[in-house]
Formats: sequence, C-alpha cells, structure tokens
Amino acid sequence: MANPQNTATVARRPSKAAGASDNSMAIIAPIAGWLFPGLGHFIQRRWIRGLLLMLAVFVMFFAGLGMQGKVYSLNTGDLLDILGFVGDLGAGALYFIARTMDWGIGNIHRAVADYGTKYVVVAGLLNVIAAVDAHHIAIGKKP
Amino acid sequence: MTFELSHFNAALLFALCASTVFGITQRNTPRDMFRYGAYCFVLFVGGVIVAAWAMWAIKH
Repeated sequence: MANPQNTATVARRPSKAAGASDNSMAIIAPIAGWLFPGLGHFIQRRWIRGLLLMLAVFVMFFAGLGMQGKVYSLNTGDLLDILGFVGDLGAGALYFIARTMDWGIGNIHRAVADYGTKYVVVAGLLNVIAAVDAHHIAIGKKP
Repeated sequence: MTFELSHFNAALLFALCASTVFGITQRNTPRDMFRYGAYCFVLFVGGVIVAAWAMWAIKH
C-alpha cells in the first residue's frame, strides 16, 4: 500500500517546479520586454501581441530619429532633460544602439525635429508599459 | 535618414502607435483590445482636431 505522505510529496513536486518557473518568468519577461520591444510577449508565446507592440515601438522610435529628433544622454542639467533621458532609456536596446551609433543628435532648425524628440521619448515610455504588461501575463493577472 | 511628415500626419502616426500599445496592454480579450485601441485613436485624433479649431478660434 502506498504511503499517503509519499504520494503527497510526489504530487506537490510538479506544482513547486511550475511555481519556480512562473517566478522566474515574472522577472525575465519584463526585463526581456524592456531590452527588446515585444520580446517579453514572444517568450510567453503571445506572438501577435508581441509583434504589434514591437512594431509600434520600433515605428515610433525610428520615425522620431527620422524626424531628426534628439536622443538624450545621461545628464544632470535641466529637469526636462533628465526626464527625457529616463523616457529614452525605456526603449532598452534601441536606446543603447542609437547612442552607440551617434543617432539622434537633434536639429533645432526644424520644427518637426522637436516632434521627433517626443516620439523617441514616447517610444521608450510605451515600451515600459509593454514590459509591465509582459509581467502581468507572467504572474497570471492577464490572459 | 530623414523623414518628412506634416504636423497632422505626425499626429496620426503618434495616435496609431500609442493607441495600439494602449489597446493591447489595457484590455484582456482581443475584441476589447481592438475596441479600446480604436477608442483611444479616435480620442487622440479628435483631440488634435478640437485643439486645432480652438487655436484657430483664439487667433481670429
């Protein structure tokens, strides 16, 4: 006759493993989503959502650069410049690539360039929202 | 790489991208996501048109 205690232990093991997996996904998904737009959804098999989020953030970011918007660097100057840097940083790898490639120098002679600067900041902020959504999916708060 | 957009087209592109993200992240089912995204898009574009007419009215 099977020992009921052993049976209970065996039955508990898979759920414990699943719980650990959920916990790690709750951390990995938002970080992946921040680093690369949509990746947090892709690793949870939300292909269409991930693709749409990736497209939205990429289009905003590169349209902003195309309009000769400015990409902020780390600064301790004006408060709006600091907030601009924080917003830009939300784009994750896109931000680091843009900084590395010296994109987003800005052009004060074009009115649309100011829109471009806002586009780049908002692309970063939208990416943060998408990363938080990936976290909500990982913890089961959202299907 | 330079991208030429009129102010209105820039506002439309902004509205499209932002409402896509809002729709996907703020609702749970695909149907609700689409409806909320469309609602946000209409509010963004409607807000632009209302603000434009308001500025025109102030000037005249």
